[in-house]
Amino acid sequence: MSAGYKPAVGDRIVDKTFPPISRHTLALYCGASGDHNPIHVDIDFAKRSGFPDVFTHGMLVMGYLGQALTDAVPPTRLRAFSTRFVAITQLGARLTCEGTVTELFTEAGERRARLALTTKDERGEVKLEGGAVIAL
Amino acid sequence: MVDQSAVGHRFTPVTARVEPGRLRYFLNTLGEKNPVYRDEKAARAAGCAGLPVPPTYLFCLEMMDAENPFEMLTALNIDLGRVLHGEQSFVYRAPVVVGDTLTFEPRVVSVTDKKGGAMTLIVIECKVTNQNGVHVADTSRTVVVRNQVAS
Repeated sequence: MSAGYKPAVGDRIVDKTFPPISRHTLALYCGASGDHNPIHVDIDFAKRSGFPDVFTHGMLVMGYLGQALTDAVPPTRLRAFSTRFVAITQLGARLTCEGTVTELFTEAGERRARLALTTKDERGEVKLEGGAVIAL
Repeated sequence: MVDQSAVGHRFTPVTARVEPGRLRYFLNTLGEKNPVYRDEKAARAAGCAGLPVPPTYLFCLEMMDAENPFEMLTALNIDLGRVLHGEQSFVYRAPVVVGDTLTFEPRVVSVTDKKGGAMTLIVIECKVTNQNGVHVADTSRTVVVRNQVAS
């Protein structure tokens, strides 16, 4: 989003699809994020905890959504970012992140926009629902 | 089961340095190619004083540099295999760039039972300040504990 661009309510300014999530990605994210919970990388632990297999860190999915967001908006303009983790993201999921402008307003002396954000898998199942506030 | 006595509990503050190598590992893991995170010139052109961090990276810094990243679970006697992440939010108040040293001060703000005690939601808020004492962010996470239900 370049300076001077004026989004309108309803504009979809965030839209990005990511490659399928592999076990390798989960292992790398375990180290890269400091979240060493074995439930995401150790199938024996996951099964003992009642899950059929390891599953994706919620924060990896939010990380992808954050990437889609800052592809559209420079990080310096991000004021708030939140998500609800709606469903577990399985191995192999191909995630699509989308964001639409829902409101334009003035706050703390600057023009801002509120975005509604979603992350869905390749079957359209919602994994994350959230929002962001950006400075225009 | 976690009860109301946990509310107000403060965990050990965490001091974390925003190191370029660790950040690059995170960027590579997510396939992040945006030059704003990798090239000082691109970062400055976008209005950053240095290389910025991605929007969720504060969460990682707190875990990476904690003496015990699962202190919350140990202190409240929660089994790691029973927790899920319910919600996460960030409010950004000032820029965070590579080279900064951040202090995280997490505390429990609420404990709520759901579904007749089958789940407990724990909300932990965290104030983040930098090496100059500037309040750079607030984070909030909701941890979902799947309780053992007697059958």
